[in-house]
Amino acid sequence: MTGIAGHGPVGGHGFTVPVLQLGDVLLVTLQGELHDGMAEQLQQDITARISHSRVTGVVIDISGVEIVDSFLGRVLAEIAAGAKLLAARTVLAGMRPAVAITLVELGLTLPGLWTALDVERAMELLGVTTRRGEGSP
Amino acid sequence: MMQASRHAGPASLPIGSDADLAWVRQQVRQAAAELGFGLVQQTKLVTAASELARNTLVHGGGGHVQITPLDAGSSRGLRLAFVDTGPGIRDLDQALTDGYTSGGGLGLGLSGAKRLVQEFEVDSRPGEGTTVTVTAWATVVPPSRTVP
Ligand SMILES: Nc1ncnc2c1ncn2[C@@H]1O[C@H](COP(=O)(O)OP(=O)(O)O)[C@@H](O)[C@H]1O
Ligand SMILES: [Mg+2]
Repeated sequence: MTGIAGHGPVGGHGFTVPVLQLGDVLLVTLQGELHDGMAEQLQQDITARISHSRVTGVVIDISGVEIVDSFLGRVLAEIAAGAKLLAARTVLAGMRPAVAITLVELGLTLPGLWTALDVERAMELLGVTTRRGEGSP
Repeated sequence: MMQASRHAGPASLPIGSDADLAWVRQQVRQAAAELGFGLVQQTKLVTAASELARNTLVHGGGGHVQITPLDAGSSRGLRLAFVDTGPGIRDLDQALTDGYTSGGGLGLGLSGAKRLVQEFEVDSRPGEGTTVTVTAWATVVPPSRTVP
């Protein structure tokens, strides 16, 4: 499409997308500026990881993402759709309030994506307990 | 090229690649923050800018954005003009319909951007190009009833 930055996880400012496997769940942490080519690459990488590792859930942590536009929204929705075909559920965790308000106005409703306020709650939604029980009597 | 941030004057940024889109988002964010836009206002304007800059790149074949800080007495604003010399938009009503895309997208960029700003104008001529101009105003705190 644009001729550059379309291959591999490249892009300025040393951007990388950490993907961590925690048992049956893939935890993907998005942060900062995600170039379009990188977002599409990420989609392919995650889908490949799901099919290889046979995880049953994917948590995408977007608490470090300042804006979600229709391009990134489409990528997220397609990651979820691909995961569903591979029998995994996707939860979007930690969306910033300003991003949520903007998405509503943009008209992007992200159907098919579960949401959670943070990664811990996303894990709980997927049946993974991460709580250490601190503070409970 | 002047930096909008330092001089609070107009700046022109090229739109020719993914990396340029990221740079436009950062510069719009910075300019809006310096003009006193709140976090939600910044997020809305940067999101609109991202949509329009991508349209300039993908549909218009590249171009530039003119970023102009505005000072209208009590309120300050930011005007963004996205300019390309691409194919133009033949049917503007259709292009502004939620969900309409001529290919590949979600069809929410143009219509969504319009909802995210206070002023929105499209000047497009088939075969000559498209200019989309948007303006957002920083809300004064405490909220004022006067609309600029
Ligand atoms: N700068 C432009 N030059 C030519 N056509 C455009 C431009 N911007 C938007 N369009 C047209 O308007 C349609 C709707 O735009 P948009 O709502 O952003 O949806 P999308 O980009 O997802 O297709 C595009 O599919 C395209 O046909
Ligand atoms: Mg678009």
